[in-house]
Amino acid sequence: MRTYFIEFTYFLASILFILGLRGMSHPESARRGMHLAEFGMLAAIIGTLLNQEIVSYEWIIAGLLLGSTLGAILGVWVPMTAMPQRTAFSHAFGALAASLVGISEYYLHGAHLGEFKMGALGFEVLLGSLTTTGSLVAFAKLQGLMPGAPTTYKGQNVFNLSLLGVTIACFIGLLINPGAAFLFYLMLVLAFIFGILLVLPIGAADMPVVIALLNSYAGLASAATGFAISNNVLIIAGTLDGGSGLILSIVMCKAMNRSITNVLFGAFGSVSETSTAGVDGQMREAELDDVAVRLAYARQAVFVPGYGMAIAQAQHVLRELGETLEERGVTVKYAIHPVAGRMPGHMNVLLAEANVPYSQLYELDHINPDLAATDVAVVIGANDVVNPDARDNPKSPIAGMPILEVDRAKAVVVLKRGKGKGFSGLENPLFYKPNCEMLYGDAKESLTHLVQAVHKA
Amino acid sequence: MPAETLITTFYVFILAAFLGYQVISRVPPLLHTPLMSATNAISGISLVGSLVTAGAHQTLVSAILGFVAVTCATTNVVGGFVITDRMLRMFKRKAAPAPKKEEK
Repeated sequence: MRTYFIEFTYFLASILFILGLRGMSHPESARRGMHLAEFGMLAAIIGTLLNQEIVSYEWIIAGLLLGSTLGAILGVWVPMTAMPQRTAFSHAFGALAASLVGISEYYLHGAHLGEFKMGALGFEVLLGSLTTTGSLVAFAKLQGLMPGAPTTYKGQNVFNLSLLGVTIACFIGLLINPGAAFLFYLMLVLAFIFGILLVLPIGAADMPVVIALLNSYAGLASAATGFAISNNVLIIAGTLDGGSGLILSIVMCKAMNRSITNVLFGAFGSVSETSTAGVDGQMREAELDDVAVRLAYARQAVFVPGYGMAIAQAQHVLRELGETLEERGVTVKYAIHPVAGRMPGHMNVLLAEANVPYSQLYELDHINPDLAATDVAVVIGANDVVNPDARDNPKSPIAGMPILEVDRAKAVVVLKRGKGKGFSGLENPLFYKPNCEMLYGDAKESLTHLVQAVHKA
Repeated sequence: MPAETLITTFYVFILAAFLGYQVISRVPPLLHTPLMSATNAISGISLVGSLVTAGAHQTLVSAILGFVAVTCATTNVVGGFVITDRMLRMFKRKAAPAPKKEEK
């Protein structure tokens, strides 16, 4: 009877998780969906607590209490701008949990594991461990605790791949002889090291792909746990998580016109001396009042936010500028590139936080045809996603990447901190075009001044 | 592990993968960040494994490993759901046509 009840809670949780994620297909139904998923989680936890294998509860209660406190603190206090770091951090936690369960299983039953269980357990520990350290490195890069630029050295790919080879060899050895404990612990240590080395050469601008990929690994580690302890809800939830991460990383790669292999092993962003020398013309600095007048009398203005907006925390004042313009009858749209920012959907969340209605946020395919009819396009701290080289120069490292074609707008104003190059180190010919002007300075300050100037215009 | 269980497990895995693909592909880019934190919270279901590890009390080592795993997974579940809800609350449609004075 008890077994049936426990299995029922797992079944219920599986259904509710799926319904919950289905709710995510629209912002209107998303919250309700998440409440279903929360309920499912609660049911599964209660079911598990009735498991007869559990004989004492002190460690459990301590863990649940500590975890809830930490979770609540992270959930309530983390600002929206820090969402990429938080996500990377939580992948580390999820993966570590999966990994530890695997280690404990092996520690208890090591030599008596069947081939299949050993295989599942191996995957769990391997993926879990490399995701833990990999996510921590990603976190450190995003938080600015270590340089965001790729860390590279000679023979890096060869070294990393050989390390991975040795790790996999340990795994195969374990499949043949599950009792070989030293192979297990060697594999564990190597997987931890490999995770660090995997993310080190990846630049912060490629983080959207990496975060999505680590999300996928963390999910697959959970799914492998499900195989190891024959638990279906774990397999289903883990697979959903793994699949979601994989789909997101593919979407991100497509948005950069690169393959996953290229992101992982290409060390993009370390190559700055590429074929972009042939840019002629001069960057022109804009007068703030001119920009304000142009905006105030435009029919349509399009804002293109990038990571620079996130750093400057300029989303609120941007919304203020948007509203001021709308009051004057300007049509205001926000163009969001899939890889703008440091994680999938980053810009959308920041603008939503600033109260911009999501009906004003436009995706790449929807806004590009509209840009030629736009009077002023304002680029706020974005660079590569508006680089026309991706479209025009087949030799450019970002050739073929879909861009927001702001250069087709009647006028472009670029808000930028300084004259330096963008994150990828590429020259951006947009800045030299005759219809483009630069507005240097902190994005938040520039926008604040623009709001005042528009009021006066 | 008996062969039937093994086969059923694979069925579940493959079907979940197909279903996941169908469901996740329909999530608009607008909600990709909340999607990540939501799947992250959901994968905290690894709690069902770590709770048993922490409570079975076979050895002190396994209990401590279990305790840390429970803490990590719970942090993800609670933190993940809280932050997802916080984000989703912010997405507002607001009346699409011009009259828009109701909120600032």
